[in-house]
Amino acid sequence: MDQSCISIRNVGKQFAARNQTIEALRDVNLEVQPNEFITFVGASGCGKSTLLRIMAGLETHSSGDILLRSEPIDGPGVDRAMVFQHYSLYPWLTVTENIKFCRQLKVIADSVHSQSDVEAASGRADALLNLMGLKNFAGAYPSQLSGGMQQRVAIARALMPRPDFLLMDEPFGALDAQTREVMHDLILHVHRLEKSTILFVTHDVEEAIYLGTRIVLMAPRPGRIDSVYEVPLPKVRHQDMKLEPEFIALKREILTRIRETSGVQTDLDQLARLSEGAVL
Amino acid sequence: MNAPAPLPETPAVAVKHKPRSRWWVVRGSLSSRTSALLTAFGLAAPFFIWWLYSALGLNDPLFMPGPGAVLERVISWWQEDGLWDDIWISVYRVMAGFLLSATIALPLGLYLGTYKPVQATLEPLIDFIRYMPAVAFIPLVMLWVGIGEGSKILIIFIGTFFQMVLMAAEDIRRVPMAQIEAAQTMGASRSEIIRLVVLPSARPALLDTLRITCGWAWTYLVVAELVASNSGLGYAILRAQRYMHTDKIFAGILLIGLIGLLTDQAFRWLGRRAFHWQKR
Repeated sequence: MDQSCISIRNVGKQFAARNQTIEALRDVNLEVQPNEFITFVGASGCGKSTLLRIMAGLETHSSGDILLRSEPIDGPGVDRAMVFQHYSLYPWLTVTENIKFCRQLKVIADSVHSQSDVEAASGRADALLNLMGLKNFAGAYPSQLSGGMQQRVAIARALMPRPDFLLMDEPFGALDAQTREVMHDLILHVHRLEKSTILFVTHDVEEAIYLGTRIVLMAPRPGRIDSVYEVPLPKVRHQDMKLEPEFIALKREILTRIRETSGVQTDLDQLARLSEGAVL
Repeated sequence: MNAPAPLPETPAVAVKHKPRSRWWVVRGSLSSRTSALLTAFGLAAPFFIWWLYSALGLNDPLFMPGPGAVLERVISWWQEDGLWDDIWISVYRVMAGFLLSATIALPLGLYLGTYKPVQATLEPLIDFIRYMPAVAFIPLVMLWVGIGEGSKILIIFIGTFFQMVLMAAEDIRRVPMAQIEAAQTMGASRSEIIRLVVLPSARPALLDTLRITCGWAWTYLVVAELVASNSGLGYAILRAQRYMHTDKIFAGILLIGLIGLLTDQAFRWLGRRAFHWQKR
């Protein structure tokens, strides 16, 4: 059996838009190892979200193979939970009800065989409430929570069925900088505790380095993997590491590479000329 | 560490502060007391002007009766002319037409808003029919269903159904994709997604659609009671026209308006009760 748990082999995706074909992904190859924390960065349009959604089974690919434990992925599954940027919580359910949402589903209800299973599940819901610091908000509705709190609920809900993979699509993109730092340490804690494999898409390079064990840098037109970086930081992270030379050096390297591959350049001379002539 | 420099002392300048009116702030807020006062004023003002106009003797009572005459007519209608019967039969017709339309339109709207093939097949057709004037169907309806209660209910049905389907489909389509995809990645089946996510999520919007289309059902009442009727508020208005009983026309129109307003408030109350989790 293959050691890696997700194998992406020569995956491509095209879709038609206004009488031309757009190549969202070309020839993507990646082996995801168990318990990895892979972060995906890249200029907009590089296909990082598309790749994540293909792994989630929410989108299909056009060519190549994508294998989950040697089986082709066919649609979404309870082993791959997804956390979205926003609007994914159920506003008519309380925090606890949101977290326990999956308990109503047949796939999960079928795995319940005894009273102790039921107790274990409600114990898990409580544990997740605690882990996410939501104990005092158990009965609140999502509309009463801040954006950061809402994302905590979304993460807890995704973790509830004990997924092997946690797929996160810019989950902290809409949060302010301070809340985001708190969430970073929280998600690292979750990663250590739950031992799930996390695949994390972001546009924030600092976030990608701080969280990831491996960084996949993607480039647009066509969407492809440009380079992969191993993060030279110890497994246990803390905020001060962001100021260390190796962190900064890696950040500079990645930012430069994203700029080179983005295909969009700000011509400073051109701007200067424009503003000289302009009457402001 | 540098001590922060003390702020230079600024000479006290008397700033002329003219409080700005909070009334005309774009999407501003209003205290509930002021709001209630304005509502009372808005409802009472036209009646006051009407009363003043007739009290000054400016009106020809044949063309425009005063409020006193209309009130007298309502009382005599109630005491001698079977006002309750007229109200009940009209409420029955409107509600029967409306409920019949809702019973078919809501499930159809759910399918239309959920499945693209259904939308592609039916939406243009419904769009086409909805522009046909309901009034023009009267002769056909009489030919097909006769002149009993069925024909009146059918006219109201034709007037509301097609709008209702399209609005319900739109409500269903507005359910955020992230809510649906989150359920998919937790292993929800198609029927579970519809039952546990789409329907609960769209409920407030669907209730709003019912509230609005119920108002439209009332506007079709007079048209429906054109059909070989001998009872009902709409019929009473039409008959009063024949005898130039303008006070009765006024009374009938005002009564329909009042019943409509009460129904509308009932729907709003129901919405506030049932969907208390909504942000307001």
